[in-house]
Amino acid sequence: MTLFDALDLALAAIVLGLAAWTIAAREVFSAVVGYVAYGLLLAIVWVRLYAPDVALMEAAIGSGVTGVLLVAASTRLGRLPKAEAPPGAALKIAAAALSLIVAGLLAAAVLYLPDPAPSLAPEADKDLAATGLGNAVTAVLIAYRSFDTMLEKVVLVLAVVGVWSVAPDRFWGGAPAPLGPAAPEAALVFLARILAPIGIVIGVQMFWVGADDPGGAFQGGAILAAMWIIVMMARLAEPPRIGSGWLRLALVSGPAVFLLVGLAGPLMAGSFFAFPAGFAKPLILFIEAFMVLSIALTLPLLVAGPPSREAGP
Amino acid sequence: MSPPIIAGFVGAGLVGLGLYALIVNPEPLKKLLAFNLIGSGVFLVFGIVARRGAVGVFPFDPVPQAMVITGIVVAFAASALAVALMLRLAEESGRVTLDPDAWTKPDDGAEGP
Repeated sequence: MTLFDALDLALAAIVLGLAAWTIAAREVFSAVVGYVAYGLLLAIVWVRLYAPDVALMEAAIGSGVTGVLLVAASTRLGRLPKAEAPPGAALKIAAAALSLIVAGLLAAAVLYLPDPAPSLAPEADKDLAATGLGNAVTAVLIAYRSFDTMLEKVVLVLAVVGVWSVAPDRFWGGAPAPLGPAAPEAALVFLARILAPIGIVIGVQMFWVGADDPGGAFQGGAILAAMWIIVMMARLAEPPRIGSGWLRLALVSGPAVFLLVGLAGPLMAGSFFAFPAGFAKPLILFIEAFMVLSIALTLPLLVAGPPSREAGP
Repeated sequence: MSPPIIAGFVGAGLVGLGLYALIVNPEPLKKLLAFNLIGSGVFLVFGIVARRGAVGVFPFDPVPQAMVITGIVVAFAASALAVALMLRLAEESGRVTLDPDAWTKPDDGAEGP
């Protein structure tokens, strides 16, 4: 057994252990802290699967932004009285049996996956040069399966609309509650002042290099979003009013630009969502730039939640 | 065992743990955590499908990886919507429970909801 084998096994054990801690912890807050640590370690598992793009995504969103969302929710919900009794032993045994069967079947499926494995990698490689990109994952996202990615951006906008819509009528058009206390810790303010400028540069860089190396619009946008969240937590900026026209325009700009370029496809290249030969890479970067903007806005707005203050004059 | 097989077993284990917690934990926020565990387990199993699809210059099949990336974002959006619903329910009623009987039980001496 080599060193890497031992590390892989140890990593697997820690990830499963943290997941078990997450579901066993008595306090919701402890469970959430366990989940954040779990997400970070899961990112390392993704690195071991040669999936650096997914690892960046898991660390930034699966662990980071989701962590902020859940920590905030757990501090507000943790104060409520426990509403119901834990389930009886019979239900627990039945649930354990069902879970074991499902996990066992999945593990068996993993062992008996077809060999040689079906793969679209050759197809992805064949036309990679035509897109002008070096990162095949970005090519799949923005070129080969662009329609999927565009619809996924629409889902994000719909989620924002869904979150906003749970607000009481009188708050419609107002701003969400501030993310931090009225007088945040001096250390947090200092961190936000130092980290945000660096993070913005890293976020933009990650989007830019994503054409050829691990990274891309999603990862870059997620880092920019995290920076905005930190700045709002330190109360250096406040959540914007949801009635603001520029905010709504920026939110829909990602899917809207994507859709417009897609609709222009029949004129430029002969089919829906097709890019003209030789001009694909500039178009892809153009689409991605607006996607970065709309992701960087969408994620913090989802964390900030529905408006809770009146719109004002 | 190769790293993909280990990761596949981790994925299967995560789905099992998450499913158990989803059924057994009565608290909605913990159910949401459990649901996210199931999600990351499914992503991981999909991830080893991507790893096994390694051909030629690629150490992975980019198509499943791209789908997992979009999946992580959508999972976050769904979690945010669920959290918003829970917080609103707590704000309106002072409690968050999925127990249908809790809403019809006598509360503070008053009959009915």
